[in-house]
Amino acid sequence: MIQINELHKSYRMGSNELHVLKGINLDIKEGEFVSIMGSSGSGKSTLLNIIGMLDVAERGEYILDNVPIENLSEKKAAIYRNKFLGFIFQSFNLINYKNAAENVALPLYYQGISRKIRKEKSLYYLEKVGLADWAHHLPSELSGGQKQRVAIARALASEPKVLLADEPTGALDTKTSYEVMDFLQGINDEGKTILVVTHEPDIADMTKRIVQLKDGVIEKDTFVEQVRASEHV
Amino acid sequence: MFDLDRWREILQTINKNKLRTLLAGFTVTLGILIFTILFGMGNGLKNTFYEAFQDDAQNTIFIYPGFAKKPFKGFKENRRIEFENEDLDFLKEKFEGRIQHITARIRKGVTAKYKNEYGNYTVRAVHPSHQYIEQTDIEKGRYVNENDIKTDARIAVIGRLVEKDLFGNEDALGEYFNIEGIIYRVVGVFSDKGSGDREERTIYTPVSTTQLIYKNTEKIDQINLMYDINIGANGARKLSKEIEKELKKKHNVAPSDQNGIYVRNQIEDLEETLNVANVLQIIVLWIGIGTLFAGVIGISNIMVYIVKERTKELGIRKALGAKPSSVIGMILQETIVVTLLFGYIGLLIGNLILNSMGNKLEDWFITNPNVSQGTIIGATIILVLSGLIAGYIPARRAAKVKPIVALRDE
Ligand SMILES: Nc1ncnc2c1ncn2[C@@H]1O[C@H](COP(=O)(O)OP(=O)(O)OP(=O)(O)O)[C@@H](O)[C@H]1O
Ligand SMILES: [Mg+2]
Repeated sequence: MIQINELHKSYRMGSNELHVLKGINLDIKEGEFVSIMGSSGSGKSTLLNIIGMLDVAERGEYILDNVPIENLSEKKAAIYRNKFLGFIFQSFNLINYKNAAENVALPLYYQGISRKIRKEKSLYYLEKVGLADWAHHLPSELSGGQKQRVAIARALASEPKVLLADEPTGALDTKTSYEVMDFLQGINDEGKTILVVTHEPDIADMTKRIVQLKDGVIEKDTFVEQVRASEHV
Repeated sequence: MFDLDRWREILQTINKNKLRTLLAGFTVTLGILIFTILFGMGNGLKNTFYEAFQDDAQNTIFIYPGFAKKPFKGFKENRRIEFENEDLDFLKEKFEGRIQHITARIRKGVTAKYKNEYGNYTVRAVHPSHQYIEQTDIEKGRYVNENDIKTDARIAVIGRLVEKDLFGNEDALGEYFNIEGIIYRVVGVFSDKGSGDREERTIYTPVSTTQLIYKNTEKIDQINLMYDINIGANGARKLSKEIEKELKKKHNVAPSDQNGIYVRNQIEDLEETLNVANVLQIIVLWIGIGTLFAGVIGISNIMVYIVKERTKELGIRKALGAKPSSVIGMILQETIVVTLLFGYIGLLIGNLILNSMGNKLEDWFITNPNVSQGTIIGATIILVLSGLIAGYIPARRAAKVKPIVALRDE
């Protein structure tokens, strides 16, 4: 699903150059559940943003679902993001003046899907994350865990090939973190490819593969026995 | 533009962020409000100017005969030229398309009497058209009409001061009085505020009546005409020349003779009036454009601020698949909607204020209902254009928002 070869990325700040990714090689198959770990500043978010086409690599190759991602126009990138990817962020990033259902329906709006179907789908996915009764509530009326579940529903609504989550549990307490992971595991069980950035080992243990970043390269890449979140809820 | 979902999206944004929208719209309302009031007052000013300086119609030509100084075609020099009714008919026919009104004029100094009062006045024997050329305001009764001409009616339309002198506090209308021994009935009283007392001591009678009474001639002293103002100053000059040429030919006056026939026009005055009116219009227009521009800059600035405030939201939208064109369209359309909405409010309030500023202004402002309809269409076009201009910079800014930057957790 995702093939990355010799990926480099550096940031220029004035005359200084910060080499963040120094040759990343990563191959992720369909249906995998991968966590990316590493100390703060190791480049986890940078890597995820490149995979998410929110940022571009400097050098190297990135192939998503057999489509080489290079020299994309902003428009092309928007279309690909919309079609291939679902995003989950640490701070949820819901639009505060739209209710849960409208937030979930937003990526569908950008897919050009009719209003009626948007409504149906958004309700379907809200139900999937157990928030059907909260469809007409604004984000400000939801708890952190509920907000993240709305964000998950939104990421799922466009039926992406890959789900990208940057510290999805970073702003949540342990209990709600496990609830969110429980959802992600359920989605992964259904066959969806998921990448999660985290620096919490217990969260990483709930995925199936842990990639350790250090000094801009992959230090360790191990497949692990998945801990089911449901056992801890 | 006609994407229903886009409209819903924008209306929701506007609706859910009322304070912000109000703030943005306020500058537009203010701009349009000032624009409307200035424009209304400018129009009022222009009308006042017309009223004050343009007492008589200026698109007029006066023609009167003199003495031919040069011999021509066997006719001797120092010959008196005279006009008759047929000269008027001749001009009427010859220049039909360009002449709006034409009248003969015969002038007599007379003594008029009513009961024990009498005084010296000027009688002007005229056709009904004279009213339009002199712009005589009838205070009561009526002016000379066609029927009076046909029947040689012994009627008179007297000036306000004639009524005051002869009739005192009595109402002259319908009364009979005496001009040089002949009894006339007063059918109307006129005023002519712009032209002074002399004008209001004039008595108008039908041209035919005067011709009959005074030796039953066909002679007339002068021909006055009003031409279609649309022919412009140059058209009027040309018309004057043609009239002079035709009348000289008809009366056997040498073309080079300066004295045989006089054709006087007021083109210089007319041009001056038109110029001053134009200058006023230009000043008003520039002030209007200035305020409108200020409004545009105002909303543009606030929209830029709003875009900045919405950076995160725009980043989210982009991460979820909003194309740059979609973001540009959204901000542009939002600006146009806000501009239009609040522009109309400004227009409405402006009109209400103008209307409440007193009857006079109202009269000036709403001179022609067709204009106000055109104004609304014009205003809509101007507002949409303003919104487009105002939205351009903020929309560009919005399109440049980078999702990673926008979504970076602080
Ligand atoms: N836009 C940028 N400009 C300059 N430097 C940047 C930029 N984005 C990231 N960096 C730097 O690149 C390095 C990697 O950043 P990145 O956000 O990928 O780290 P991370 O592994 O996600 O860290 P954390 O666990 O704290 O989120 C950091 O040193 C950061 O300061
Ligand atoms: Mg990070």
